Amino acid sequence: MDRIEVTNLNRQFLFRLEDVGKPKAEVAAKRVMERVSGVNIVPHFCRIEDKDIEFYNDFNIIALGLDSIEARSYINAVACSFLEYDSDDNPREETMKPMVDGGTEGFKGHARVIVPGVTPCFECTIWLFPPQVKFPLCTLAETPRNAAHCIEYAHLIKWDEVHSGQAFDPDNPDHMKWVYDEAVKRAELFGIPGVTYSLTQGVVKNIIPAIASTNAIISAACTLETLKIASGCSKTLSNYLTYNGVEGLHTKVTEFVKDKDCLVCGPGVLIELDTTVTLKKFIDMLEEDPKVLMTKASITYHGKNLYMQAPPVLEEMTRSNLELPLYDLMDKIPKDVLHATGTINKDDKKSSGLRKLRVVFKGIDGVADMDMAGGA
Amino acid sequence: MAEPKTKYDRQLRIWGEQGQAALEKASICLLNCGPTGSETLKNLVLGGVGSITIVDGSKVEFGDLGNNFMVDDSSLGQSKAKCVCSFLQELNDAVKAKFIEEYPEALIDTNPSFFSQFTLVVATQLVEESMVKLDRICRQENVMLIFARSYGLTGLVRICVKEHTVIESKPDHFLDDLRLNNPWPELRGFADAIDLNVQDPVAHKHIPYVVILVKMADEWKTSHGGTLPSTREQKREFKELLKARMAATDEDNYKEAIDASFKLFAPQGISSDLQQIINDSCAEVGSSSSDFWVMVAALKEFIANEGGGEVPLEGSIPDMTSSTEHYVNLQKIYQAKSEADYLVLEERVRNILKKIGRDPHSIPKATIKSFSKNARKLKVCRYRSIEDEYNNPSPAELHKYLTDEDYSIAVGFYILLRAVDRYAANFNHFPGQFDGGLDEDISRLKTTAVSLLNDLGCSGLTLTEDLINEMCRFGAAELHAVAAIIGGIASQEVIKLITKQFVPMTGTFAFNAIDHKSQLLNLC
Repeated sequence: MDRIEVTNLNRQFLFRLEDVGKPKAEVAAKRVMERVSGVNIVPHFCRIEDKDIEFYNDFNIIALGLDSIEARSYINAVACSFLEYDSDDNPREETMKPMVDGGTEGFKGHARVIVPGVTPCFECTIWLFPPQVKFPLCTLAETPRNAAHCIEYAHLIKWDEVHSGQAFDPDNPDHMKWVYDEAVKRAELFGIPGVTYSLTQGVVKNIIPAIASTNAIISAACTLETLKIASGCSKTLSNYLTYNGVEGLHTKVTEFVKDKDCLVCGPGVLIELDTTVTLKKFIDMLEEDPKVLMTKASITYHGKNLYMQAPPVLEEMTRSNLELPLYDLMDKIPKDVLHATGTINKDDKKSSGLRKLRVVFKGIDGVADMDMAGGA
Repeated sequence: MAEPKTKYDRQLRIWGEQGQAALEKASICLLNCGPTGSETLKNLVLGGVGSITIVDGSKVEFGDLGNNFMVDDSSLGQSKAKCVCSFLQELNDAVKAKFIEEYPEALIDTNPSFFSQFTLVVATQLVEESMVKLDRICRQENVMLIFARSYGLTGLVRICVKEHTVIESKPDHFLDDLRLNNPWPELRGFADAIDLNVQDPVAHKHIPYVVILVKMADEWKTSHGGTLPSTREQKREFKELLKARMAATDEDNYKEAIDASFKLFAPQGISSDLQQIINDSCAEVGSSSSDFWVMVAALKEFIANEGGGEVPLEGSIPDMTSSTEHYVNLQKIYQAKSEADYLVLEERVRNILKKIGRDPHSIPKATIKSFSKNARKLKVCRYRSIEDEYNNPSPAELHKYLTDEDYSIAVGFYILLRAVDRYAANFNHFPGQFDGGLDEDISRLKTTAVSLLNDLGCSGLTLTEDLINEMCRFGAAELHAVAAIIGGIASQEVIKLITKQFVPMTGTFAFNAIDHKSQLLNLC
């Protein structure tokens, strides 16, 4: 759902100066279709979360050019939600939806192939991403030492003090200038050099330096893998490529291993229930379940909406299901998979997410011993 | 805020205004604008290179529409150079774009002086014979050269420059220059004035770790005959002493001191890399020496005299838990010494310039200052000629690569890329290029590869059947995705060569698109 900005033009070659302000998806689609005949690209100018999960099921391969961990996490959960396991807990090949993901920063980048059920998914290797550096509050408030501290003081502390209620908008040049001016004042007060407008923007917006060459290498690597998956012309990357061009050139391929207990690409979070548990009770349980921790969950079952928190029309339509036993809503099947979407609260961070839930009803004939594999 | 500057914001944060200025002054010549060449140039044009000249004698054919984004339906039948040039011009109207409808081989043979006008030549999809000739020409004319080739699921990139020196290598991770094990008088004085045993808990936990380590090092020395911790046991003991001085568990400054204690134990003096540079024969300077070597000569003198075995102080310190006052004062002390060291170095540079008969002010202050700060990170890259690489192969290196699982496909492709050129010279087509007769092509390529391995001094070794079959399957096709990767890498190296920032690859890059286990081969 991004629009084209001037700072994109040093590398995003599908866009021209006159396209600034227009939706990236639409301009990119148009420009490629103009030049390459026989290709059909449908642009969707919206957030990835705005699409129904089933929308993504239509595609054979999902290629990602996302710029945040949260976004990758989300789409990973979506692709993995299509994965089904057979009765021997083996992933079923026809439900595997491959993804190709890439990312860059300056001279560095990575490309990876994710085949749910086979390779690790994004969550399986979430430990690869170091936590983002945040300055301690006392440093910002009392002992700033460098320009970045002064900037973040103005951005995170002083702004609210002066503009209580009004949210800081990093894309508003007046807001940015205000932060810059305040940062300069603070820096002067403490005798700290180095506050510039460029640094202010960089720190506040967490600007990642980007150049055409690295982006070309990584995006082409992703394209290559996508083409290999589509055509079968060669074996694919197995499964994570890191690239560093700062000193000479270093590429490394690591074959990461899938986490068999992964909550996202594994067989699903095991939840055992009595047949009397209502849908409402179930939704409430998800908030407390340590393996889910989801609030305001919407539940779907084989594509059917059991309860939708939003929009109001759907909420009204599905509200009556809340009082019904989940067992009944799941066609009285002793065990099956549900999908829950909502807000996940992990490590004090809230993000929208999707979870696969493997529901097993207790005390039903035919379910002699509890299915404990994979989800414990 | 001028438009062009905003456009380049994301790259200015990497190579700065100086790097950008160097790019905008550069003139690039591209030989062959198929996908590989076009993709290389596209990245340079987007980055704002000064001027480009495209040399390609071919016309756009139907097949080109399938692998070159820079031509389209309306280009059919026209000069490829013209069409690619006009697309690239659209990407950045600040770049001066020209084209010449001519085959590069013809220029190489009949007009070698054509190349002397350029800063750098990007030569793509050339075969061995042309590469040797062009390399000779560019070395003669002092023009930088880079080869890039895409071939099926493989390719290579090879820099051809006699010598490339780097002051601003900007490595990812490099130890800061704190001199904890050898504090100079002002630093020592600063540390002396601070009492580690201060009663006020806030003051106690805001003493920067630099001061803690300098003082604790002194304490250790007095009880250990003037030496610093050297054995593992001693280093552990030292850390325990630090821990014992913590007044509370939340004292981040002490935690940082413990984590940073390894900086205290680091050996003094210069690295072996730098030692090699100052021992290089080019450091014996004369009137034709480059500015870089003149400064190296001055650095050598500095290290042996005022430096006491060390280079000029870099001058910056990392962030650390500290009161603002201590931190800012500490910064000033480091900056002052860095400035003082730089002035000494500058004086020596001017004297050497005088001695070799040059204007003592011909090297700008800013350059010497940058050299002074980056003295520990200098790099010298040298590449031998293609001719030399071919005539004097490195059998030991090749042997090592061919028998190493991680290298075998990459080096196999490197050898086969040379083999297919020999094949093409004999049979006037590349193996597998035409339908039918694949078996014969495979067997001929195998024979060619065996003979080449012999010439390379690796007669005992073979390439796998699979790899030879693959090479024939490729049929010398130029795939867009592969060309984009090769072009991306080539363009990145061009930027490093032109901006003289970051370190260019020192080796031949052999690309392996099958499993991405590409390698940098140390053959040049």
